Amino acid sequence: MKPIEKPAEGSWTAHYPDLGTEPVSYEDSISPEWHELEREAIFKRSWLNVGRVEQLPRKGSYFTKELAVANTSVVIARDLDGEVRAFYNICRHRGNKLVWTDFPKEESNGNARAFTCKYHGWKYDLDGACTFVQQESEFFDFDKADYSLVPVHCDVWSGFIFVNLADEPSQTLTDFLGPMITAMEGYPFDQQTERFFYRATVHSNWKLFMDAFQEFYHAPVLHAKQSPVASLPEVQAAGFEALHYEIDGPHRMVTTTVGQGWRMPPEMLKPTESLTRSGLFGPWDAPDLGADPLPGINPGQVRNWGLDSFQIWPNFVILIWERGWYLTYHYWPTSHNTHVFEGNLYFVPPKDARERLAQEMAAVTFKEYALQDGNTLEATQIMLESRVVTTFPLNDQEILCRHLHKVAADWVADYTRERAEVSG
Amino acid sequence: MTDALLPSAFSELEPYAATWCLPTEGERYAKRLSSSMDEMQTFYDAFFPRGEEAIAHCEKFPLADMPEDAERLLQLLYSLVMVSFPVEAWRQPNVPDSGAAYLDLLIEPRP
Repeated sequence: MKPIEKPAEGSWTAHYPDLGTEPVSYEDSISPEWHELEREAIFKRSWLNVGRVEQLPRKGSYFTKELAVANTSVVIARDLDGEVRAFYNICRHRGNKLVWTDFPKEESNGNARAFTCKYHGWKYDLDGACTFVQQESEFFDFDKADYSLVPVHCDVWSGFIFVNLADEPSQTLTDFLGPMITAMEGYPFDQQTERFFYRATVHSNWKLFMDAFQEFYHAPVLHAKQSPVASLPEVQAAGFEALHYEIDGPHRMVTTTVGQGWRMPPEMLKPTESLTRSGLFGPWDAPDLGADPLPGINPGQVRNWGLDSFQIWPNFVILIWERGWYLTYHYWPTSHNTHVFEGNLYFVPPKDARERLAQEMAAVTFKEYALQDGNTLEATQIMLESRVVTTFPLNDQEILCRHLHKVAADWVADYTRERAEVSG
Repeated sequence: MTDALLPSAFSELEPYAATWCLPTEGERYAKRLSSSMDEMQTFYDAFFPRGEEAIAHCEKFPLADMPEDAERLLQLLYSLVMVSFPVEAWRQPNVPDSGAAYLDLLIEPRP
């Protein structure tokens, strides 16, 4: 097999000289003080993906998103003009959480023409205007027009809904996403609406789980027992090399090839993979997504393209598979050493039980892998916190890990400098 | 056989239907973790050879409007997928080294 061609500089990492090649400190993943800086510098200033437009199918559809990292909750709604809007989820009267069901800390969704506070019955329309105040005449010098919901900057790209908690975002969403990500405009995300939504609390820093899914150097080792082909000695010895890496501003991506079950002899597959014609890489029989070529996909123009994993700053991943389905991951910090992981699998709705079963097989297989990854992270977090070793060598296949930690440091440095200038 | 759960062509699988016809992934995953390898191997050995016939039966109906017995057969196929990892890969009910890690499926297609 022809060796994979690296950039002229000799390595992917050297192609991006700002990254350096020296061992990397993981203090940014174990320090509570650093985490507090990341909350302010990153999560209160970046565009954050909170969902997709399919979650707001009709006028009046809404959902809430808990953003523990920013100590807040937002409500996202489709107003009567069809526009997607976001507000802080707080009643202007005495600060009660406005939209919730049964459990104040849990997320909620539904359809409404107005939001009514459970405490004293104040009402707000879908544009955030306060429309009703119980016993309004009892208040002093009062005009309810002064008591609209507090808006959150909100924009939609390719059906993905983003919010930005800054008073004034420094960039528009399109500028923030940059050319590498916005090149996917027109990719048929909207056709892939059959959804499996997973969530877990993971006992590691959020960046450690991002690292786990942005390098595949671990795959032949950690997942060796998953399939007969993965445990072959030659596969183990060959290790892993990605076909293409690309970095654009704070965002990054990797392209790899994947196993093609439909071309493998049955003894190299699990029997249930052959029965369902499906596996980790998705159902073998891909749907027709219409567009060819698919916009923004396979930016390295490699042969044997199998998947693109786009790591969108700070905590959002879109992973597009060659078999016509995609995943998203979100990593929501809850402390310096815990986070909530969310995974979504999106397929074209199956036309019959055979297609549905193939999607079930892909989803079950995804979970088997993710459970192995998740538990390994806790083991990493525990030992990083010992500080017995403080810097770690990252190889060329771990370039995206190197980039993530550098971008986090850059954003914290920018924030710290701006704050010093203000207090100057 | 008025209280049969599965289509008549699959009557020999009735002993597994009450246990493994479960509508959600959460129930199927919990059942897997609380089952012995012997129980899962027996179910797998009985059902796997008829898997393709079961798929062929289920795909005759629109997904949104399946007869109840066919929908239960599809749930049984989901359970076959669920036990395939313990039986074919792990030789134990849980994912190796997964410890206390969990991953809850909060939204899933039905059926």
